[in-house]
Amino acid sequence: MASPQQQKLKVNGPVAVTANRLTDGAVVWRTAQEDWSPDLADALIVTTADQAIALLASAQKRDTDAVGAYVAPVVIEADGAIAPGNLRERIRVAGPTFELPH
Amino acid sequence: MYVYDEFDRAFLAERVAEFRDQVARRLSGALSEDEFKPLRLMNGVYLQLHAYMLRVAIPYGTLSSDQLRRLAYVARTYDRGYGHFTTRQNIQFNWIKLEDLPDAMAALAEVGVHGIQTSGNCIRNVTTDQWAGATPQEFDDPRIWAEILRQYSTLHPEFTYLPRKFKIAITAAPKDRAATKVHDVGLRLHRNEAGELGFEVLVGGGLGRTPFVGKSVRAFLPARHLLSYIEAIMRVYNQYGRRDNIYKARIKILVHEIGAEAFAKAVEAEWEAIRDGALHLSDEIIADIRSRFLYPDFQPRADQPAALATALEDPAFAAWHRNSVHPHKVPGHAIVTVSLKAIGAPPGDATADQMEVVAALADDFGWREIRVGHEQNLCLPNVAQEDLPAIWRRLEAAGLATPNVNHISDIIACPGLDYCALANARAIPVAQEIAKRFADLERSRTIGRLHVNISGCINACGHHHVGHIGILGVEKNGQEFYQITLGGRADEHAQLGTLLGPAVSYEQVPGLIEDVVDTYIELRAGPDELFIDTVARLGVEPFKERVYAAH
Ligand code: SF4
Repeated sequence: MASPQQQKLKVNGPVAVTANRLTDGAVVWRTAQEDWSPDLADALIVTTADQAIALLASAQKRDTDAVGAYVAPVVIEADGAIAPGNLRERIRVAGPTFELPH
Repeated sequence: MYVYDEFDRAFLAERVAEFRDQVARRLSGALSEDEFKPLRLMNGVYLQLHAYMLRVAIPYGTLSSDQLRRLAYVARTYDRGYGHFTTRQNIQFNWIKLEDLPDAMAALAEVGVHGIQTSGNCIRNVTTDQWAGATPQEFDDPRIWAEILRQYSTLHPEFTYLPRKFKIAITAAPKDRAATKVHDVGLRLHRNEAGELGFEVLVGGGLGRTPFVGKSVRAFLPARHLLSYIEAIMRVYNQYGRRDNIYKARIKILVHEIGAEAFAKAVEAEWEAIRDGALHLSDEIIADIRSRFLYPDFQPRADQPAALATALEDPAFAAWHRNSVHPHKVPGHAIVTVSLKAIGAPPGDATADQMEVVAALADDFGWREIRVGHEQNLCLPNVAQEDLPAIWRRLEAAGLATPNVNHISDIIACPGLDYCALANARAIPVAQEIAKRFADLERSRTIGRLHVNISGCINACGHHHVGHIGILGVEKNGQEFYQITLGGRADEHAQLGTLLGPAVSYEQVPGLIEDVVDTYIELRAGPDELFIDTVARLGVEPFKERVYAAH
């Protein structure tokens, strides 16, 4: 399937900008401070396509912190917590859905 | 084992130094991501969902115990303590940090292992039968020819920017364990009536979005012409293969569009001009490569020694022996398949500890040699029959002796949505759940040979088209769904599976597979009729009726 980076931007709910940290590939989220955080709770959430495009553009300004930025759906839960908006993002946040070999 | 020379070692060391510099420049910002990405891919470094992944080639599936121990070391030191063996005789490390990659690669290079040409539009790792050099069935050791191709294709400037990636597989036994018919080029080594060694050449096989079984373009190519003929194929592909559309760029599309006959004609014309030129393989060159493969100094032994007969009284050992031990060309010896498919474990994964157990067994009993098969299991190709009980005890203690080889729980699965950035759906947990449903090994033995293959997207890394039961993950409205096919096979009678019916949800898959199997048990002509033969005899309709009625 086309990766989210290659898909047309659709915003019909809350979204955040996510990427992989350059040094280790870990999942990071774009914050209101124009920085990256490994914690989804720190993500800046926007709800319109224009805001999302602007957020993505600011995230792509430098590529020495994080790479492959794209807009990802999120869900705002009843208590205000931010959760990933689809299975792919859930797996990115929480890791594989089975116990890793050990 | 093949013994690398100074040139190989010096080259690998240089390549690691070069990559170390590239990583430093990337981290400092001197290289942009766009500049760096093709460089990392040339060294087998991908970026997946939540980490970098390093793919390392295991040429023709052969590893020394030192090499396997080094893979264990890298898994433990730079990754999370395990590695994933793939359907192309590669191993993937899923959690390596970019900043650690140069050190990990340096550790691998010291034992002659690397990730070069495991990505990109080049000739990839040449794969072959994991029983090469050990099975009584083969005409010659196919690794000799795989090594000749490896040397020829490594860093070949003309083939570094092909229209698309290019995969070659070789079998030298009538029983094809290398899935040669679903590779861009499949080579079947055999002897003609005059006793000469040569290849049947198949072109245009492949899976993915547009699957095809390879077409035979030459029934017999004398072995000494291998390189010139492959070069002729590559040139025709390089010239006529499509570069405008990534989905139409594989050689299978070209062969399909112009027809196998026209393709063969173009190759033959190209070949006429070069067949006796620089690529002609002289007897000396072949003998030189052959001499660098060191074979065990087997001592003659009796078949079925007393120690083995006694051990076979233990039903657990006997079950493993019946399932995982195969005939060897030297009397008193055996080939052992090491199952990486413990019930409920991710298929093809081995922990660093498990790799070390297998490496130690190879040291103690197996002439320091290990193989990796495309079914994502390991293999000890050269062991004495009298050592089998000791080998089994140590495998058993390490969780590596599940007697399910070629059974329904010996599932081939790609990493799927749990790791892969291209995935639509998960593959590993589907495999785990199916394996658990068939955890009763007596039941799975009664079912007999049955290959289940699962891919998390149409790229088909899990070879789902050629699974006896194929499972393909698709996405529908953000949910995981799975298409099931029956009747595919990857062996010498390779064919693509037939769609059973509408896709089903993630939760429905294991139950549906159970229904398919129950239907087979009911419809088979007798206990000796394999699943694949029942499907061939009856088609998918009777399965479809039963299975969808139940869901
Ligand atoms: S088949 Fe698709 S999901 Fe599976 S590893 Fe290949 S690209 Fe990834």
